[in-house]
Amino acid sequence: MFAYVVRRVLATIPVMAIVALFVFSLLYIAPGDPAAVIAGDQATPEDVERIRQSLGLDRPYLVRFGSWVFDILRGDLGVSIFTNLPVLTMIQQRVEPTLSLMVVTLILAITIAVPMGVVAAWKVGTWVDNFVMSFAVLSFSVPVFVVGYLLAYIFALELDWLPVQGYTSISQGVGPWLENLILPAIALGSVYIALIARITRASMLEVLQQDYIRTARAKGAGQRSILFLHALKNAAVPIVTVIGIGVALLIGGAVVTESVFAIPGLGRLTVDAILRRDYPVIQGVVLLFSFVYVLVNLVIDLLYTLFDPRIRY
Amino acid sequence: MERRTFLGGAAGAAAAGFAAPALSQGSVARTLRVIPQANLTSLDPVWTTAVVTRNNAFMIYDQLCAQDAAGEIKPQMAEGWDVSQDGLTWIFTLRDGLFFHDGEKVLAKDCVASIDRWRKRDPFMQVLWPNVAAVEAMDDRKFRFRLHKPTPLILMALGQTQFPCFIMPERIAQTDAFQQIRDTVGSGPFKFVRDEWNPGQRAVWAKNERYVPRQEAVDGLAGGRVPKIDRIEWTIITDPATSGNAMAQGEQDYWEYPLHDLLPMLRRSRGVVVEQRLLDGTYGVCRFNTLQPPFNNPAIRRAVAMAVDQRDYLRAVAGDDPAGWGVCEGVFTCGTALANEVGSDALKTHNIERAKQALAAAGYNGEKVVLIAPGDYPQINTLSLVTADVIRRLGMNLEFVSADWGTVIQRRASKEPVERGGWSIFHTTSSGQSLSLPVFNLFLRANGPNAWFGWPDVPEVERLRAEWVEKGGDPAESKRIAEALNREAMQSMYYIPLGFYWQPSAWARNVTGVFRAPATVFWNIGKS
Repeated sequence: MFAYVVRRVLATIPVMAIVALFVFSLLYIAPGDPAAVIAGDQATPEDVERIRQSLGLDRPYLVRFGSWVFDILRGDLGVSIFTNLPVLTMIQQRVEPTLSLMVVTLILAITIAVPMGVVAAWKVGTWVDNFVMSFAVLSFSVPVFVVGYLLAYIFALELDWLPVQGYTSISQGVGPWLENLILPAIALGSVYIALIARITRASMLEVLQQDYIRTARAKGAGQRSILFLHALKNAAVPIVTVIGIGVALLIGGAVVTESVFAIPGLGRLTVDAILRRDYPVIQGVVLLFSFVYVLVNLVIDLLYTLFDPRIRY
Repeated sequence: MERRTFLGGAAGAAAAGFAAPALSQGSVARTLRVIPQANLTSLDPVWTTAVVTRNNAFMIYDQLCAQDAAGEIKPQMAEGWDVSQDGLTWIFTLRDGLFFHDGEKVLAKDCVASIDRWRKRDPFMQVLWPNVAAVEAMDDRKFRFRLHKPTPLILMALGQTQFPCFIMPERIAQTDAFQQIRDTVGSGPFKFVRDEWNPGQRAVWAKNERYVPRQEAVDGLAGGRVPKIDRIEWTIITDPATSGNAMAQGEQDYWEYPLHDLLPMLRRSRGVVVEQRLLDGTYGVCRFNTLQPPFNNPAIRRAVAMAVDQRDYLRAVAGDDPAGWGVCEGVFTCGTALANEVGSDALKTHNIERAKQALAAAGYNGEKVVLIAPGDYPQINTLSLVTADVIRRLGMNLEFVSADWGTVIQRRASKEPVERGGWSIFHTTSSGQSLSLPVFNLFLRANGPNAWFGWPDVPEVERLRAEWVEKGGDPAESKRIAEALNREAMQSMYYIPLGFYWQPSAWARNVTGVFRAPATVFWNIGKS
């Protein structure tokens, strides 16, 4: 197992290298010029060129790539072209809101979706199952920002229960922290809930047909015990896989959710950086996201052994 | 490690490591919470021309002289100035009691260094600079301009709002004008709180307790700049609907640029005031590429102008209420001294059929028209869509390219034919101040390869502009030259003025002391 983990961790290095090369090359060939954005409308072409030179954007591709990789190897993600702040500092400033949003969304989604899927499988073909499936289709179909606006309208503007926007650090208290995250987490989690609920239902349906479930029933095991102890554990592998894959979904959805609810997270940092062509920030954030995604997949792989002892690495 | 332990640990680490300061109820009353028009990404008002950076700089820095509500230049840091009889020497004297935020006294040498850095980037001062022999400190409170020939426009350049000359400590002002400064020490009414700056989320300024404002009442950007609130906090909210909701719910106090579509909703909110605060409107411009077909033919450009009705554009951007916009069929800002519509006949035609005839007569032969539009810039995108409709109705061969602003500003620099990544038309907007004088008016320049994107080459416009720099001090001459410039620009029609719309601001009803000014500034504003 330990050797496997070490192998997997080492395998992230070439993955990250490919991501780095890909991101850097993509940005290099993409249209847009931060020097022109900085210089503004009144600048002459000479002014723009001087700014480009001062930022080192006039250097050849290989020189820039080499220098960037060298800095990364020293743990330096560079400095933002616009703010003059280290990219690492900017990422640190934004990690907490995004991490909070993702954690609350994950907890919310799993807490709601797994029981929903289990109950839908148990009551397959009944109105409960139809309701769960209809909810899942609806959640899949409605874009995150529409759900966000609807929630803000109902719970913030009309009922005045929750704030419209913003983020409060957890260091100010769990209450205010959660108050700001409930609506965004529901909005972001809606698609995720639908996804997990559907997979849970499908996986449970398959498991509930197995002989050992029939045996458990014959032995007089209670319904709850059959569903949650015998069936769910054996149905967990695809569910856990989907939860892992869904992290990418969350990262993508966080960009929109953070905009709708004005949460100062990594998603907005990325969009702002892309619009301004702040290359070091884009490169830093994409690298971070890639790393997180690779890491989550590793954790998911390790969790398989927990749910299915037959799996060994 | 169990999942729960992992998540709990991660959240705890995040909370411990990246905590942000909070606002208590009491501090809310002493804090002005503002939604600015854009994200504050840079703090150096010389390095970048972004309006949001300039507005931030108005809080941190002070100016030698500034524009009042009538556009006159009044002393600000300067106690006053003396001009020699021959007009070749201007001596400025600083007010007493001016200190930088680091406690150092503001000295004449700081002003000299600041002027020297600023003039390398300011287009207005670049025009006047050949007349300047030297700027030099005479003692701690006095410095002088020595000129080769009388240049009364020096004062207007120093006091302008478009690209203001902010005074920094000499050690900071000695930074190359093309390098971004890292230090934010100024002598203005507010201090930048760097520790709380989170670009894309928040920027904070605290009252400068040592600031000594002028005794005169505030008047535009002139007069007493009294900091009346302890703290100003900008929160970057990119989504207009969220900004509107935050204002309606009292979560924010001031919204600089509300989207026009949301103004009715804000006006219905009992706790919100919606008024025009900026003194100038925002002007739309449709710019042609004069190097490439079909718009290398002035007759074709004029034909398109004949089909344009500014009201269509302004309604699309600012709504049906005519109080929200104004037609302005000339190249200078309407309502200012140089405004005129001499020779604007083509733009006053407003007739698609006549425009079609003119287009045929001009020899249009189906050449492709590439219109580049920024989808992420609502107002400019709307102007682009209206022009696209005009071009289609004229029967021209249009390719509409929607991109983000970053791509548009790069592509507009291309002088290539449209088949090789070039362009034919793009749009932009500009404040009225920028179009009020020939030296400011960037779109008017017609010096060929050195002109603004589109690169028109009209020597007569350049000659008239130079003449205005020489004789602009005389109102009658100034007016005569402005009329000739309008005529020439309209004849060549290298850009089409699209009129102006007002950009109101919104603030909470308990915000006091809001005054009209040429820029969004926050001194004299408090909360009841």
